[in-house]
Amino acid sequence: MKPNETFKVEPSGDREIIMTRVFDAPRELVFDALTKPEFVQQWLLGPPGWSMPVCQIDLRVGGSYRYVWRNEDGREMGMGGKYTDVVRPERIVHTERFDEAWYAGESLNTWVLTERASRTTLAVTMRYETRATRDEVLDSGMESGVATSYDRLDKILEEMSTQVAE
Amino acid sequence: MVAGRLSFTFAALSDPTRRAIVERLTSGPATVNELAEPFTISQQAVSKHIAYLEMANLIERQWQGRQNFCALKPETIREVADWADGYRHCWEKSFQRLDVLLTEMKKKAAAEPQTTRRGGKSASRKKK
Repeated sequence: MKPNETFKVEPSGDREIIMTRVFDAPRELVFDALTKPEFVQQWLLGPPGWSMPVCQIDLRVGGSYRYVWRNEDGREMGMGGKYTDVVRPERIVHTERFDEAWYAGESLNTWVLTERASRTTLAVTMRYETRATRDEVLDSGMESGVATSYDRLDKILEEMSTQVAE
Repeated sequence: MVAGRLSFTFAALSDPTRRAIVERLTSGPATVNELAEPFTISQQAVSKHIAYLEMANLIERQWQGRQNFCALKPETIREVADWADGYRHCWEKSFQRLDVLLTEMKKKAAAEPQTTRRGGKSASRKKK
């Protein structure tokens, strides 16, 4: 797998992050996978150990959504917002706010799907309230300084988390 | 925020000797002597590394009788683990799952073309 070829996360302007990813499927399918709870619960899980017991989606302008993730160790994380634009199968705009804020305020996320030759490019633009917040979010997993020792660190962390879980 | 707070921790982990010490401690507390054993460097040098790890909040010292043990600090480890599962990594894992799901969805759609929702062509015909 070469994640860098199909997956990009980059800053844009003052307050935005743009994330792009190509999927080998037509956009109708991708749109379904992004917006139907029975599908979302299968993939929007982040790192191993998490499940999504709560996934409510009212996909219409003014409708809201709510996600709650649960870790094997009992931790929970909730998030939600409102849809401000929905154009099937090409565009979704919604607000995003975490119950336990790990960044200040909320963000406005725009999902755009474009299809070419049965492949879909997903571009997600996340706009934060301030530049500082945007930078914090970018910083929270993208520091390149440690990337070199990442594999090693991953292994260590795996061992540690087994220990910590006890 | 977290990354900023942890930058000293990551600096501490950027050194191979210190990582080896941390790795050793994942199997339980150890004395400085025990930690120094596998290394060719002086015990004094190992002590410096340990002090660094202590400042970075990764380990703590505990006295047990007359012996001084080093042990990992689970809170910091948890923070590091959460960070490593951070933004990009988080999405990457999710998108890899989405790839798998889409492959399944495509197979299903191909198996029953009749019941598939409107495809690209019929959709555009419907418009206006």
